[in-house]
Amino acid sequence: MLPAREQMAFTLGFHIILVPFGLAFTFLMLIAEYRGLRRGDAAALRLARQWSHVAAVLFAVGAVSGTVLSFELGLLWPGLMGRFGAAFGIPFAIEGLFFFLEAIFIAVYVYGWDRLRGRAHFWTGVPVVIAGVGGTLSVVAANAWMNQPAGFTLRDGRVIDVRPLGVIFNGAFWYEALHMLLAGYMVAGFLTAAVYARAVHRDHTDRHARLGLLIPLTMAAIITPVQIVVGDIAAREVFHREPAKFAAIELVPQTGTHVPEILGGYYRDGEVHLGLPIPSGASILSGYRPGTEILGLNVVPVEVRPSDHEITVAHLAFDVMIGAGVFLLALSAWFALAWWRHRDVPGGRWFPRATIAAGILVVVALEAGWVVTEVGRQPWTVVGHLLTRDAVTRSGDVWLFFAATLLLYAAVAAATVHALRVLRRRWHERGVGPPDVPYGR
Amino acid sequence: MSTFAAVVLFTGVVFYAVLGGADYGAGFWDLTAGGARRGRAPRHLIDMVLAPVWEANHVWLIFCLVMLWTGFPAAFAAITTTLYVPLGLAALGVVTRGCGFAFRKAFTATEHQRAAGAAFAFSSVLTPFFLGTVAGGIASGRVPSTGGGDPLYSWLNPTSLLGGVLAVLVCAFVAAVFLTAEARRRGYHGLRRYFARRARIGALAAGFVAVAGIGVLHADAPHLTHGLLTRGLPLMIISAVCGLGSLTLLRHAPPRVAQACAVGAAATVVAGWGVAQYPYLLGDHLTIAEAAAPAPTLLALTVVAAAALILVVPALALLFALHQTGDLGDT
Ligand code: HDD
Ligand code: HEM
Ligand code: HEM
Repeated sequence: MLPAREQMAFTLGFHIILVPFGLAFTFLMLIAEYRGLRRGDAAALRLARQWSHVAAVLFAVGAVSGTVLSFELGLLWPGLMGRFGAAFGIPFAIEGLFFFLEAIFIAVYVYGWDRLRGRAHFWTGVPVVIAGVGGTLSVVAANAWMNQPAGFTLRDGRVIDVRPLGVIFNGAFWYEALHMLLAGYMVAGFLTAAVYARAVHRDHTDRHARLGLLIPLTMAAIITPVQIVVGDIAAREVFHREPAKFAAIELVPQTGTHVPEILGGYYRDGEVHLGLPIPSGASILSGYRPGTEILGLNVVPVEVRPSDHEITVAHLAFDVMIGAGVFLLALSAWFALAWWRHRDVPGGRWFPRATIAAGILVVVALEAGWVVTEVGRQPWTVVGHLLTRDAVTRSGDVWLFFAATLLLYAAVAAATVHALRVLRRRWHERGVGPPDVPYGR
Repeated sequence: MSTFAAVVLFTGVVFYAVLGGADYGAGFWDLTAGGARRGRAPRHLIDMVLAPVWEANHVWLIFCLVMLWTGFPAAFAAITTTLYVPLGLAALGVVTRGCGFAFRKAFTATEHQRAAGAAFAFSSVLTPFFLGTVAGGIASGRVPSTGGGDPLYSWLNPTSLLGGVLAVLVCAFVAAVFLTAEARRRGYHGLRRYFARRARIGALAAGFVAVAGIGVLHADAPHLTHGLLTRGLPLMIISAVCGLGSLTLLRHAPPRVAQACAVGAAATVVAGWGVAQYPYLLGDHLTIAEAAAPAPTLLALTVVAAAALILVVPALALLFALHQTGDLGDT
């Protein structure tokens, strides 16, 4: 079971970093193009065109790493697919539709710069953004279904009836999907801003770099507070609907009132160690008053209680996500304040540093968020219906597959970074245009 | 209902085999194009032809997987727990192929381009081979209904090897016809002759293996052979006619006609497999109806397929049309 989990977590963790580029970076690219067309702004158009090249490379890596996930659902989790594919698969089928549209229109957009002029070209990018949203909603619907399975009837452990709408619009769908959607936009925003932060600091008049910073940072700064509200709602929903997960992420050993919010710390043998308690914090956050009762891990039957290790990981991941969220909110506020006062990004050396840190932290938050959902669900794969140990494959040596995957993905990651640097060097030397020497001289 | 879902699934397989297959086949010709200098022109053409479309063509694979695991979940689990070796290798091959292709375009140093190009080209040959062995394992009944079949002989057997080799050759043939047509459209006469020669070689090789394959199948998978020679026979004949047709038309008819013939030849081979196996999904032991998901799921898949017909097909047509009129330049 261990290698399969590691393999799934690693490949998903890799894929998810690329997701925001297909989903939200394309949106930034459209904003830049819109501005370029609207105001005849050549710098903005150039930016849009450069971004589309970045999107093309990252979209390719995202697409193939996503395909690996599709294979893995069968190769690693035959128990899940064989038994629940009829229900769990439906959102994926819809997702396939969006992938088609996304792949088609991104190609038209990226390769259409020279022939399709102005507005026509802009409009070929719009379906990419819409399909990205649709695709994300569909995949997250599948994930949400594993947390709160709905829309099917079991008899003797077999799915005998399915209500497709019930599957898609399961209890966790709307808040998980919204939270992930916003996360994707935040990642694209902060990560892109981080790339241009230093250039703007060096030369305040470089219009190209300024746009490269301002467009994504403005978007991210607007979304961050909304994301925190949505995250708060998600936490309260989890409190009501997934008490075992809530007890794990809040580190609650015993049912009770006046439950403290614990920052950091770890869980062993039914007790919380270390950690900084905020008195009654968890109770207040989940029910708005200290008297709110929170179910503890003690009410989860021993056979299906997550291990101490899993509880600690889910809890720490939750703390990391929230910590990162608070930092990103602070940065957004700083930027908003400076813009409101001076119509400019904050001066000084610390702003570019903080922006670069935000670019890293937002990815950390994305990964941590998934760890909360996934590890917090253990030992279940489909809560209440399928244990992870029954979902996992029993055939073959997954370690071998995992080792090969690690090697390949390391090469892919290195090559991706290299490719992006080469692109940048090429723009510096020759501006945007076709590569001149195809494959060897 | 379940038959309809199986037809949708198989339509996806045919589309992937033809469109995705042509992309893999282009990788085959990329691999065999020789050193950097000699291979420069054909590789450049391959690059221009593939770049805007390969990702869209690739989504057919995802379509097939999704249709299979949602519409026929038990069969999907049986396949993945038996044929995990070739499937795992194919998955890694997909990554290598796609990334190699994308990176080759982005890199500028010759040695980097060469490394990325080699990764693209090698995996373009290996991936269809492994997928072909998977098809062979399923067709020859080596995937038990409950899964967990032999991890080696399920894909290292005569039918699978035939499937693998045939897949590579058919991909190469279709790709060569496509590339000939594209070279003609662009007025590259040297390249047109170059790929026309390769299309002929590809067709001969594929035809030869297909005919020899009937003997192999007869011994290894009698049920399938019977199906192919009875229900599947018309399709096999169409395939042969199309294959010959595309060769004779390659020089004179409009490029589109030769392309259509090559598509016909490849599509009917794959469709022939499906028809020969009907009503079974796995070998001759698990029927489509037995493996099917509950009716509402199949209905949902039908709705998705209809939506694909309305939304995706016109979009794909637009992409191909823009591509063929040269409106999607290399940027
Ligand atoms: C739609 C399906 C889906 C989605 C969107 C995700 N996962 Fe997941 N994940 C699974 C489907 C799944 C799974 C196949 O169902 C596993 C295997 C066992 C389990 O409970 O869920 C799983 C396990 C699993 C584990 C192992 C849990 C443990 O060992 O305790 C980790 C760490 C992750 N995943 C991490 C991620 C990350 C980083 C994701 C986002 C990028 C992610 N998951 C999205
Ligand atoms: C088990 C989980 C997952 C599977 C099986 C999966 C599958 C896939 C596949 C097959 C692709 C390639 C599609 C193409 O060719 O364009 C892909 C890309 C994509 N995935 Fe995932 N995915 C998973 C997790 C996620 C998650 C969690 C998200 C978002 C919340 C997501 C959003 C996307 C998006 C937006 C794309 C297209 C953009 C890009 O490729 O950069 N996926 N995924
Ligand atoms: C600071 C306030 C935040 C709170 C209170 C919060 C709360 C939560 C909760 C409770 C979950 C678990 C949902 C479930 O298991 O059903 C979750 C998941 C997640 N979080 Fe956050 N979060 C916050 C900030 C962020 C930020 C800043 C990001 C990334 C940019 C992020 C990304 C994610 C992701 C990707 C998931 C998993 C997928 C999903 O449920 O949509 N979160 N969050």
